[in-house]
Amino acid sequence: MSANNDTISKTLKVSVALCVVCAVFVSAAAVALKPQQLANKALDRKTNILAAADLNDPNKTVDELFDANVTAKVLDMTTGTWAEGIDPLTYDEQKAAKDPAQAVVLGDKDIAGIKQHARYKVVYMVKSGDEIEKLILPVHGKGLWSTLYGFMALEGDFNTVVGLGFYSHAETPGLGGEVDNPSWKAVWKGKKVYGDDFENAEIGLIKGKVDPAGKNAAHQIDGLAGATLTSNGVTNLVKFWLGENGYAPFLAKLRAGEV
Amino acid sequence: MSKMKEVVTKPIVDDNPIALQILGICSALAVTSSLNVALVMGIAVTVVTAFSNLFIAAIRNHIPNNIRIIVQMTIIASLVIVVDQVLKAFAYELSKQLSVFVGLIITNCIVMGRAEAFAMKNAPGISFMDGIGNGLGYSAVLIFVGTVRELFGSGSLFGIEIFSLVNNGGWYVANGMMLLPPSAFFVIGLMIWALRAWKKGQVEKPDFTLAPNSK
Repeated sequence: MSANNDTISKTLKVSVALCVVCAVFVSAAAVALKPQQLANKALDRKTNILAAADLNDPNKTVDELFDANVTAKVLDMTTGTWAEGIDPLTYDEQKAAKDPAQAVVLGDKDIAGIKQHARYKVVYMVKSGDEIEKLILPVHGKGLWSTLYGFMALEGDFNTVVGLGFYSHAETPGLGGEVDNPSWKAVWKGKKVYGDDFENAEIGLIKGKVDPAGKNAAHQIDGLAGATLTSNGVTNLVKFWLGENGYAPFLAKLRAGEV
Repeated sequence: MSKMKEVVTKPIVDDNPIALQILGICSALAVTSSLNVALVMGIAVTVVTAFSNLFIAAIRNHIPNNIRIIVQMTIIASLVIVVDQVLKAFAYELSKQLSVFVGLIITNCIVMGRAEAFAMKNAPGISFMDGIGNGLGYSAVLIFVGTVRELFGSGSLFGIEIFSLVNNGGWYVANGMMLLPPSAFFVIGLMIWALRAWKKGQVEKPDFTLAPNSK
């Protein structure tokens, strides 16, 4: 190595040249791969919506199946009615949740550990004619290590669960991570969210296995073994989102045929 | 040419970056809970080490000595960002599982260690091969640890069930500890023990001997 590498001018030249080259390289990669990455994200979301709604057809691609069956609409959480003038395809909910002008701050009503959420949320529907067959609601809440993001799908009675699936979480693999286990997810199918009076969301995880003959079996889900805090988190987020501060007012209006 | 071969093969067993040089342990703990993730991480580190060695060796005669670490870091960081972007574009599911650990390749001591110890002194071609060799050495350990952890922790390999789990009505009670990072310490420790029992030359001389107790 020659000694004149250490002069100030050489040092400056090398560092500037290196920064320019690296910056061009990194930005080129980021820009060139962006469309592919966004497509992956959108595909992932659609896959999860279809999974929660229990729709699958091996002969069709995710996009075909989604476009053929699912419609998206924007819901105003403060009134429990449809919001006008927002395009569900371009609306960025995670960004809105952080914007004070578009967020609902929960304060002591926050049982899911999320502090605030977006005022407008995109919900998805599978329709036959004008009837809603399945309603797919985005839900999220804190588990043990991470916030779990997922979708919950309900039948047209807005009470019976079709499925629940999380598309993003960082719970302990093998313990809390078992929220992804297909056999556990299958337990949700057919469970009832509300009691006969449709007042409180009764559904939740219990410790251990559910006794099918028990009084509340219709509202109970097997707990995740060795993952009490993740189980509590799932219970809380489901109770929150299906409770009075979540989708319950909207569901009540749907049931009454008001929206 | 035989030297080229040597720099690739030697780090796999004889001069393994994890087992002998004890570099890059931190990520070996985090990403070995399943074999899929370990494999992708191994490939990512191999690519980054090889190319960072190549670029650093190519400009080694122009790197001012007093900012050489910063130069190395800049090159490594750029490569890691590119790898992360590529994974997000072409292996989205895996990149979700690897999450921050791809970014943390920047701090992986193997990459910087090889840049400083090898690429600064050697020609680009052989430095590239050295990067491949060390990346493979790292991958070999990751795959070994990943196999042990996934097999005993989830009863599967590459997500395919090998032992049928009690949860799914089988006989194997999964060892949950295997899925937690500390278990990788035990597995790597036992592996280094076994390796050094086999290849005595890798046993380090003690830095000092304890003096007997004195009154």
